[in-house]
Amino acid sequence: MTKITPPEFITRSEEQLDKGYDPKVAQGLMQFLKPYAGHMIFALVLIVIVTAAAVSGPYFVKLAIDEGIAANDPLALRNIALAYLIVSIIQLGFNYWRVRIMARVGQHVLYDVRTAMFAHLQKLSLSFYNRYSVGRVITRVINDVGTLREFITWAVLAIVRNLLGIIGTLIAMIALNFQLSMLTFAVLPVMVWVTIAFRKAARQNYRKVRAAVSWGNSVLAENINGVRVVQAFSRQQHNYNTFSGYVNRYYLETSLDAVWVASLFTPVIDLLGALATALVVYVGGTAVLGESITAGVLIAFVLYIDRFFEPIRDLSRRFDTLQSTMAGGERILELLNTPVEVRDEANAAEMQPITGAVRFDNVSFHYSDDPVLVLDSIQLDVKPGETVALVGETGAGKTTIVKLLARFHDPTSGGVHIDGVDLRTVTQGSLRRQMGMVLQDPFLFNGTVKENILFGRLDAKDDEVIAAAKAVGAHDFIMNLKNGYETSVEEGGLTLSVGQRQLISFARALLANPRILILDEATSSVDTQTEHIIQSALAALLKGRTSFVIAHRLSTITNADKIVVIDGGRIIEQGKHADLLAAQGRYYELYKTGFQD
Amino acid sequence: MKNLIRSAAFLRPYAWQAFASLLMLLALTGLNLVVPRIIQAVVDDGLLRGDTAYLVRSALLLFGLGLVSALLGLGNRYASEWIAAHVSYDLRNRMYDHIQYLPFTYHDHAQSGQLISRCIEDVRAIEKFAGSSIPELARFALLTFGILGVMLSANLELAVISLLPMIPLILMTGWFGTKIGKLFFAVDQAVGEVSNRLQENVTGVQVVRAFAREEYETKRFESANMDVFRKWLHVIDEWAKIMPTTNWLITIGTILILYFGGQMVIAGELTVGAVAAFNAYLLMMAEPAQALTGLVNAGGEAAAGAQRVFEVLDAEPDIKSKKEARVLSALKGEVEFRHVSLKYQNENNHSLTDINVKVGQNKIVALIGPTGSGKTSLVNLIPRFYDVSDGAVLVDGRDVRDVELTSLRRQIGIVLQTSLLFSDTIRANIAYGRPDAAEEEIIAAAKAAQAHEFIEGFTKGYDTIVGERGVTLSGGQRQRVAIARALLTDPRILILDDSLSSVDTQTEKLIQAALDKLMEGRTTFVIAHRLSTVRRADLILVMDKGHIVESGTHDELLKAGGLYKEIHDLQLMQREEALTDIQPITGNKPTHENTLYAPRSNAG
Repeated sequence: MTKITPPEFITRSEEQLDKGYDPKVAQGLMQFLKPYAGHMIFALVLIVIVTAAAVSGPYFVKLAIDEGIAANDPLALRNIALAYLIVSIIQLGFNYWRVRIMARVGQHVLYDVRTAMFAHLQKLSLSFYNRYSVGRVITRVINDVGTLREFITWAVLAIVRNLLGIIGTLIAMIALNFQLSMLTFAVLPVMVWVTIAFRKAARQNYRKVRAAVSWGNSVLAENINGVRVVQAFSRQQHNYNTFSGYVNRYYLETSLDAVWVASLFTPVIDLLGALATALVVYVGGTAVLGESITAGVLIAFVLYIDRFFEPIRDLSRRFDTLQSTMAGGERILELLNTPVEVRDEANAAEMQPITGAVRFDNVSFHYSDDPVLVLDSIQLDVKPGETVALVGETGAGKTTIVKLLARFHDPTSGGVHIDGVDLRTVTQGSLRRQMGMVLQDPFLFNGTVKENILFGRLDAKDDEVIAAAKAVGAHDFIMNLKNGYETSVEEGGLTLSVGQRQLISFARALLANPRILILDEATSSVDTQTEHIIQSALAALLKGRTSFVIAHRLSTITNADKIVVIDGGRIIEQGKHADLLAAQGRYYELYKTGFQD
Repeated sequence: MKNLIRSAAFLRPYAWQAFASLLMLLALTGLNLVVPRIIQAVVDDGLLRGDTAYLVRSALLLFGLGLVSALLGLGNRYASEWIAAHVSYDLRNRMYDHIQYLPFTYHDHAQSGQLISRCIEDVRAIEKFAGSSIPELARFALLTFGILGVMLSANLELAVISLLPMIPLILMTGWFGTKIGKLFFAVDQAVGEVSNRLQENVTGVQVVRAFAREEYETKRFESANMDVFRKWLHVIDEWAKIMPTTNWLITIGTILILYFGGQMVIAGELTVGAVAAFNAYLLMMAEPAQALTGLVNAGGEAAAGAQRVFEVLDAEPDIKSKKEARVLSALKGEVEFRHVSLKYQNENNHSLTDINVKVGQNKIVALIGPTGSGKTSLVNLIPRFYDVSDGAVLVDGRDVRDVELTSLRRQIGIVLQTSLLFSDTIRANIAYGRPDAAEEEIIAAAKAAQAHEFIEGFTKGYDTIVGERGVTLSGGQRQRVAIARALLTDPRILILDDSLSSVDTQTEKLIQAALDKLMEGRTTFVIAHRLSTVRRADLILVMDKGHIVESGTHDELLKAGGLYKEIHDLQLMQREEALTDIQPITGNKPTHENTLYAPRSNAG
């Protein structure tokens, strides 16, 4: 059979995930544990007590046999059983206590991590969102934080408990009988070697399994998302052969490899346990015959061997958790450590009510990860109430100009001023509350139509909402919806057309009554009638405020007070429609071929 | 539970392996039960009789048994995992294939994310249950019966006493199982809400920022986050109760054995070794008993997973070839809609009502009308993506329901509004409909679609990987690859669903040229908003609310003065409003033929 290999991009990303213990990640995660240090120390104390109680178990058995049964002393037997009972109740209570404490701490930490991530996401610049897809953000906050849960809730203390258990058992065994202990430990080196070898093999296998899973995921996802194309081209049989013969087959083969190694481990450890038991029975038994130890000691010893091997098996299982936690933790920290590019200065003032004079003073801009200038020496003066149409090809820099105006980015050099105030000296909140923005692809939140309009101004009254909707011509179609303004626009629920969404987002912007309006005209198709309504809505929206429009429609451009033609990050022409046409420059050329993006 | 039993049917091909695995488990359990007996014998016979040779034999026996049980354990575990891996392989294949054949009506209502997680997560839950939980459960059951038997035969009284704590343990586990499922469900719901909030916030990040609503959003998120926290606490409270208690009940068993067993030894009814053996048996049950709560969890997950898996597998692919369906030979390309009505599942109104159209070979048909008027619904009936509710769609005079589906769809080419490409090379994407196409054919198709030039511009040319993890193509480039893809299949009937709405003017011109070539000698259906595309058609269908309200050629429809004229005038007016002040400068009055000035987004 030929060897199946997944595509390189799959294996590459899985190798990056293959993390061992990383002190930097551990340290970063510790930050979140710090507030609960007191609780954790307390839990640790409880664990020490619980472990001591657990380790004492076989000793009570020994006592019962030697002092009670063998000594024919029913009273002693009763007392020992009673003592054992009391110890076990203490163990029960403390165990309950520590599980509660740690699991609660774990949930607190996860809550904190999620909140910190969300709050950080609210501050990150928009260029972050160009690099990070929605799916990736959700995976970080939900799945990666989920891997922490397993670790913090169970693994941290399980590791401590196992280590303590091993140490405690060691001490108990040595105290009970030195020679027999040494005999048991004889298998230890083999055991350590087996464990290390196993870990190594398992780790390689799991990496392959993960690659297989993510390969399967992506092939599945594509086939489901593209199912209409699949059916249109009758590709089902071909795709099935690929899936079952390669992708799914690879998953099967890697799983079997991993399962083989995993199946091998437990029996080998058990075999070592059996070897140790056999040794103890022979040597210990001979010793009993020589009367140097009692039967109780021998029985207790056999019990201890069991308790000695169990934590080792458990630790080996926890190693997987540690590994995925390190990988998840690293990705969480990567997000949390992404620097916030636009932040309020410590002494930032509130932006005073805006009149609407805008000035770009020799503004240049490039992204932090790319030295190529996106905007180059932009000089622009806009009087209050003017409508500016930004015109140019895709990637010319139109969007960047309006993003600087809303201060989604700060200029690399030069400054953006509104009413003579440099935007960097005021708080973002006070600035943006006075600005409105309508995007090309109008985004609606899950909720009712009313809630979506209210997003512009949360405390607006019902009649204000309706007035805004009426002003942009949205009222009529809203009233025709099943529940009017209370109709919900949930995903998968009611589907509004692009044009209807556009009108709702207009109403939202109008309700906010911004002093400066930024509008990115939609390029997607709207039928002719809706288009007509949108045109008149636009007029209502632009009236009486400074507006920047990334324009695609001829009528918007020709009606503008100022047309700014942008190419390669520079303003190459600006002026009124008639003047620019007369100049027969770039605008004239663009005009001839149509104004599209 | 019903679903778990149903999924057991997937075990049938591996019945022999399952039987072998069970036999090994039986043998293993038997051996496990012998070990405490040996220890007992060592204590009672070896030690008391002072027989060194006996001790050597026992030690060797213990090690030998250890070796054999290690082998059996390995065999049993690997066999069950092997079976589980194969079952999940089969299940995933079934799911994958089944989903491919589910009709559009199904996918219209299904969320793709959910389908994916059913194929991966739910199948894995079943695999885990079959591979480790069932064997664990079997081991627990066998051990319990074995131990019960051994103990009862050794000493009835002590057996009953020492097994007393097992009763509350099993009761508790059962109770826990029913309760924890509900609590976990609540957690899942809460996490789903957090994820929704997050998704919305990230998708709408520009709006949130533009309206300075970060604090408001953070508050909303925190309340969802807090809900997850609370729901988890409920789960934790149960865990904190059950886990230590399970341990404790086992210890109580030991204490009971020591106390009552010890008294029996003192009374001479029992040996010391027997007490040790009793204790060892009890401890043997400790691990599986502790795992029992985990098993209950896994069982619940697997049952829920199986239910979701069967929901998919039980969905009928109702659009499929009939048994007696004829394979279509090469089509001429005549299409007829005969009294066609269409009502989608879960919708109250008809999307199409009594459509009657007959289209001749190699004709171009344009469909125009407001959003939701039924244009896409109509063309989707030709490749039989949906079945009519009434009437019939005929291709070359044959009802599409009576012909073999693949032979029909192979002769129909479709370019959708948003062209979806797959994460693969450009070559593979173009050859999607004909994986066996020769290199020259692929290049010829790319050239015809005006795509060859930009493809050659990439360093890897046709081997460039596109899609999510590869090179990002612009909308226009994607569209041209999609056109090449449709072209390569050399369809007799071509459907273009609003293929030009998301590209810029320059590209549009290139694509228009490619499309003109594509339409030659084929029956073509074009959905468009722009009149410049529409007016060239042999037949224009004007649709509104599921009806064809007008049909004819451009000139006929203008004369008729209906909806078409209205749309036409609106577009013209918008254009002319903008054009009024250009005339003195350019000096030539634009005519209808001059499409250069057509405002695209409004016409789109």
